[in-house]
Amino acid sequence: MSKELIQYICTVADNNLILGQRLGELCGHGPNIETDIALTNIGLDLFGQVRSYFQYAAKLEGGNSSEDTFAFLRKENEYKNVLLVEQPNTDFAYTIVRQFLYDVYHIRFMENLQKSSDETLAAIAAKGVKEVAYHARFSADWVRRLGDGTEESHRRAQQALDDLYTYTDELFHQNESELSLVNAGIAVNTAQFKSDYYQTIHAVFAEATLTVPDQKYFLKGGKKGIHSEHMGYILTEMQYMQRTYPNMQW
Amino acid sequence: MVIKLENQDIDSRLLPLLDAVNDPEIPVLSVVQMGVVRSAHFVAENQALIKITPTYSGCPAMDTMAVDIKNALQNAGIQANVELVLSPAWSTDWITPQARQKLEEYGIAPPLSAEADKAVLLGQAKIVACPQCKSKNTRLISQFGSTACKALFRCDDCLEPFDYFKCLK
Repeated sequence: MSKELIQYICTVADNNLILGQRLGELCGHGPNIETDIALTNIGLDLFGQVRSYFQYAAKLEGGNSSEDTFAFLRKENEYKNVLLVEQPNTDFAYTIVRQFLYDVYHIRFMENLQKSSDETLAAIAAKGVKEVAYHARFSADWVRRLGDGTEESHRRAQQALDDLYTYTDELFHQNESELSLVNAGIAVNTAQFKSDYYQTIHAVFAEATLTVPDQKYFLKGGKKGIHSEHMGYILTEMQYMQRTYPNMQW
Repeated sequence: MVIKLENQDIDSRLLPLLDAVNDPEIPVLSVVQMGVVRSAHFVAENQALIKITPTYSGCPAMDTMAVDIKNALQNAGIQANVELVLSPAWSTDWITPQARQKLEEYGIAPPLSAEADKAVLLGQAKIVACPQCKSKNTRLISQFGSTACKALFRCDDCLEPFDYFKCLK
């Protein structure tokens, strides 16, 4: 059970870790000071939650493992984040649409994780759900402004939605090990809010005058450790310090 | 003056020492007044266990606070272990009324209510008072401010920008 639980914690935490890393890339590069601060603040919240998750995972694993070994010393196929969060910051519209597609999922996920029979996970969720509510408000607001904005912002937001929508279904994939934790009352049964998720994002896209793509085929792989070509570049940068100076501490 | 909340459990011998440790981001408030210190007890003679809770999961001030608490107690000859607890989650309700007043005097508008926050952030209501001139003719510039716990506002009367402490419940 402990091994399965550690694996589950990684699938949950890695989404935050990789998205946080993507947002961190924007530090000093946001389109203006307010959005720059907002995106890096969101990244900071995500990292804060990641630290709690990995501290717990390290405690379960014991030995020499620590939050840092989980964050920095795994191999690419050991990261279990969904493909959505590793997609690049192509432009501001991509950054916002990617964030929105994740935030709406994340808020429902955290609402449900609060009810987990695992006390630590429930506590992390109870803390984090309040933070995620702010993230969702920010990204939904910007989806509307970009979609229903100028001709150019609409075009870019639509392009981002067309390209990123294909990654949404993977958010709801659960393997057997995860489903056994669902049955044990520990993991979140994501199927129960899937239709609500799509209703919510479709409603916001309608307000934003954006057209939801007619998608029949969805891309997946990240949750199994099969990542896109972007992942290696992310890890190279993220792991640089620990790989170059093993066991270094700030 | 020592201010303590009802839901904090702090040994009276440790309270004045902890109340002298200030939040590094908001130096007018102590870690006790912020509601960050949840409990403090002696586990042996000259050995204490202090439990703190983060305001935000990613609050970078937490590590500094833990070190500051250890140092303050060490100066009083007490060896302290600081433990981070997540549950129950910190809420802006835990900021004492006196502390709210100090926040305002320092130039940070204190948190309102969660419902008010939503109205304010959506631009539906003008209810956040400028800490400088007290005018409510203010507007949100950014939902995210200089630290995780604050949003950035501007007063349209005195034209000064100011921080608003976001409501967290």
